[in-house]
Amino acid sequence: MDTGVENATPFAGIGASVKRKEDLRFLSGRGHYTDDISRPGQTHCWFVRSPHAHARIASLDTAAAAGMPGVVAIFTGADMTGIGGVPCGWLIHNKDGTPMREPPHPVLAQGKARFVGDAVAMVIAETRQQARDAAEAVTVEYDVLPAVGMDNALTPGAALVHDDVPGNLCYDWHIGDEAAMRAAFSGAKHIVTLELTNNRLIPNAMEPRSAIGDYDPTTGDHTLYTTSQNPHVIRLLMGAFVLNIPEHKLRVVAPDVGGGFGSKIFHYIEEAAVTWAAARIARPIKWTADRTESFMTDAHGRDHVSVAKLALDEHGTFLGLHVATRANMGAYLSTFATSVPTYLYATLLAGVYTTPAIYAEVKAVFTTTVPVDAYRGAGRPEATFLLERLVDVAARDTGIDKLEIRRRNFIKPDQFPYQTPVALEYDSGDYFSTLEMGLKAADWAGFEARRAAARAQGKLRGIGISTYLEACGIAPSAVVGALGARAGLYEVGTIRVHPTGSVTVLTGTHSHGQGHETTLAQLVCDQLGVPFDKVDIVHGDTAKIPFGMGTYGSRSLAVGGSAMVKAMDKIIAKAKRIAAHLMEASVEDVEFANGEFRVAGTDKTKAFAEIALTAYVPHNYPIDEIEPGLEETAFYDPKNFTYPGGCHIAEVEIEPETGHVRMVNFTAVDDVGRVINPMIVEGQVQGGVAQGIGQALLEACVYGSDGQLLSGSLMDYTMPRADDLAPVSVATHTTLCTHNPLGVKGCGEVGAIGSPPAVINAVVDALKEYDVRHVDMPATPAKIWSIIHGSAQRAAAE
Amino acid sequence: MYDFDYHKPTTVADAVALLAADPDAKAVSGGHTLIPALKHRLNKPTSLVDLSGIAEMKGIKQVGNAIVIGAFTRHVEVATSALVKSTIPALAYLASHIGDNQVRNRGTIGGSVSNNDPAADYPSAVLGLGATIHTSSRKIPADEFFLGMFTTAMEPDELLVAIEFPIPEKAGYAKMKNPASRYVMAGAFVSKGPAGVRVAINGAAACVFRQAEMEAALAANWSPEAVAGIKQPADDMNSDIHGSAEYRAHLVTVMAKRAVAAAG
Ligand SMILES: Cc1cc2nc3c(=O)[nH]c(=O)nc-3n(C[C@H](O)[C@H](O)[C@H](O)COP(=O)(O)OP(=O)(O)OC[C@H]3O[C@@H](n4cnc5c(N)ncnc54)[C@H](O)[C@@H]3O)c2cc1C
Repeated sequence: MDTGVENATPFAGIGASVKRKEDLRFLSGRGHYTDDISRPGQTHCWFVRSPHAHARIASLDTAAAAGMPGVVAIFTGADMTGIGGVPCGWLIHNKDGTPMREPPHPVLAQGKARFVGDAVAMVIAETRQQARDAAEAVTVEYDVLPAVGMDNALTPGAALVHDDVPGNLCYDWHIGDEAAMRAAFSGAKHIVTLELTNNRLIPNAMEPRSAIGDYDPTTGDHTLYTTSQNPHVIRLLMGAFVLNIPEHKLRVVAPDVGGGFGSKIFHYIEEAAVTWAAARIARPIKWTADRTESFMTDAHGRDHVSVAKLALDEHGTFLGLHVATRANMGAYLSTFATSVPTYLYATLLAGVYTTPAIYAEVKAVFTTTVPVDAYRGAGRPEATFLLERLVDVAARDTGIDKLEIRRRNFIKPDQFPYQTPVALEYDSGDYFSTLEMGLKAADWAGFEARRAAARAQGKLRGIGISTYLEACGIAPSAVVGALGARAGLYEVGTIRVHPTGSVTVLTGTHSHGQGHETTLAQLVCDQLGVPFDKVDIVHGDTAKIPFGMGTYGSRSLAVGGSAMVKAMDKIIAKAKRIAAHLMEASVEDVEFANGEFRVAGTDKTKAFAEIALTAYVPHNYPIDEIEPGLEETAFYDPKNFTYPGGCHIAEVEIEPETGHVRMVNFTAVDDVGRVINPMIVEGQVQGGVAQGIGQALLEACVYGSDGQLLSGSLMDYTMPRADDLAPVSVATHTTLCTHNPLGVKGCGEVGAIGSPPAVINAVVDALKEYDVRHVDMPATPAKIWSIIHGSAQRAAAE
Repeated sequence: MYDFDYHKPTTVADAVALLAADPDAKAVSGGHTLIPALKHRLNKPTSLVDLSGIAEMKGIKQVGNAIVIGAFTRHVEVATSALVKSTIPALAYLASHIGDNQVRNRGTIGGSVSNNDPAADYPSAVLGLGATIHTSSRKIPADEFFLGMFTTAMEPDELLVAIEFPIPEKAGYAKMKNPASRYVMAGAFVSKGPAGVRVAINGAAACVFRQAEMEAALAANWSPEAVAGIKQPADDMNSDIHGSAEYRAHLVTVMAKRAVAAAG
């Protein structure tokens, strides 16, 4: 576009790939994280943690430790009287309508430790080293009890993680119409059954968790600095449920946060412990996890075992789906753990298909492992992996081409809004177009030639597809409330226009790598016509931000951005009245575009900054009709989820001698609704795909039968490295969300949701000649080799 | 990390004296194994004897028909040494594939070989080339040096000073990396030269070992095909969350074949 103006400010509104504002400080080492904060008089804390998966605490002696150099205080569970446990934020009901089992999650263990890493005591000292030294001098005698894992938790007679939770069963929940599903199965031509696991993952944000409790005895004010994705949620949970501190006396600050991926949504016991203890000793207390503690205590992700059955007619039309899943909760219920394998999982089982009858049953299980909760995608990757694998297996079993079977069952563009049999109503999507774009970008048609070329080199090449859908921006509050959520899921935005026309935005969402300081500023540039460098985004402090629910579930733009739009609507409405007064016109005649107010059909204009100045210097002002100032807040509660979807295609090459799977190519075509910043969307998709490839090929959290975490460090837990990945080509195809003002859907999780089944479908395709039906994640070299080797052995035996 | 004293001697004799005087003292070379262990509080030495100031432990030189590498020689120096590349390219190749840049810039050959981690790279070259270990008090042939997991023939107050590698006619190295740690899952260092035909296997078992059957086959016919059909018994192979003993046994053959192919 030629504006005719030299040196015009580059366009920074919706659709511009503006470089990320925050990167200058992040890339030059000037980010300011929780562990960078030091409060005057600060002490340090080290937690004594259980080395056993399951044990009664027979005795606990802190006397020797208390006399060690620098020790300020030692607290155990026995000291923590009069406070609550860490709460769970979502109540699930059983099939029979009774509520789930919700055993307490004490801040420090009360009589029993339930996973390796469960906190038994906290030692506070002048330095971190002194705290750690003294922690080693705390003597705990344990009566070791049997470990409980996914394989034995539901076995009759299994040891009980919580004495008052029979059978280790948290809930036995279901959704959908069982009778309709059974009827569909009875008339089916084919029934395809698949058993699969969704491997347990350890999040591994680059910044370990950290928390500082601070207390001012003169005012009674508590402050918690913490690595959180949602400081207001932490204030709510910790203040109301654990420590009984009213909101006005509790400030929660989440400064720069180095990655969360879900693991920093939850209210952790360490946050409550330092806040509580800081008031007891009247000194600030800092705790920062080391990497070993992160592995042992950050909530893990996924961990499902499922049996899925798909009924089809003779044309390959899906008639019914039956899914039975066991989901691992770990030892205690983490904040949103219970919602993940239910409303964030089973509601997604229609996927992009018109399956008319779906019935899903989920048993949530307590085990002696670290709590499991939302991790990038949360429930939706589990549903997508199950469904997209099942569809591939159905294609194989029925002999129908895997693209054709998908096309036959896709929801068609004219079927929107589309009501699924599992509660959700999709507003928009175009799965045919994303599929075609993906096939073209990945050169699907040319694949067999590439397979043959690889074969000539002794390599097994495979291609795999996933046509996925997900649900973001979980809402509306009334609906999720009816389903058991114990919080609202709206978002809050304040637009503070300053006297000279610059803008500070206060958002209740939280950025921990996503680039909100850029994307959200672009919304302001676009709507108010304010230059990019005149807009700042403020987040992460309950003392500054009116309220907010934080960032997770790809909600920040769809919900938080929409709240900002609503607040800006109010700003424009008020500013128009001021402009009308100044230009002596009626409000109805004032138009606003590109940062300028104009009396329609005239050349009378007022710049946005002039109006701002007038609002704060109201000399010539309709003071009887409007208040001075230009600041507006909006709460936005969405009408529905948003539904991003698309097509992911993976191409892999297997070295049969070693079983090593190499990613050769990855193509993502995603419909994320309106794209605000294409560069950031591309980065988000690439990062998500990297995590998805990690889950598919590399990452496995492994506990031994004694409940010890065997993959407890980066020496044994395989995080994806650059050379494990392939070039990821990212394209978008937009259908607008119909119910939020921006038309946006969310892009934070699509990469991690769509990619794992594409990768595994490619691996299975590569192993075609070995008659492989399914490979569970991760497809490690040893696993692939044993499949190939096992097949060779069978062939030799025949 | 617990508190410890720190010494930085400038001669091997002083270093040995410090170690002999205190049974709980420990030598530190590149520190890439020892420092993480200290940070995890797995080790509680009373003092650290830093070897970085000892000139006689540094450098790479040719002595007759052998390359002598000082214990305090970093992996990057071996990887980039023109002398090593021209005489024992397989050794430079091995060094260039240890860990990552940071590891290669800090870790030393003496530290790695003294530590004798079953999954380390260097022990296979030492055994596979039939090297001789020069310690502060004696010379130990490779065949007598590696005794078991993290165990060598050295005494606690004995220091590895240099390693003497006979220059082979041919040598090659191949490894399969552990997907997580990128240490060795199974590797093979093969050579033909003054020390005979040698096949040293690392990563797969508790300690680096020579594969006699493969050595015999290669002595008769130096070619990848000669070892391709030889099966390593799985009995003594490691088994863990990354791979079974059978898988590692299988990899031994694959890596031996590749190492011979690399040796040419
Ligand atoms: C992230 C990471 C990845 C790695 N990847 C690999 C890999 O792929 N392959 C691999 O082989 N290694 C790998 N290493 C190990 C690395 O190569 C180490 O440097 C090496 O194992 C030890 O050497 P160092 O000089 O660091 O020894 P140090 O850590 O200083 O010492 C190790 C031990 O040897 C003793 N010691 C040191 N020098 C002497 C001596 N001269 N005489 C007697 N005893 C001595 C010390 O007392 C100590 O017990 C990795 C390390 C890290 C941290």
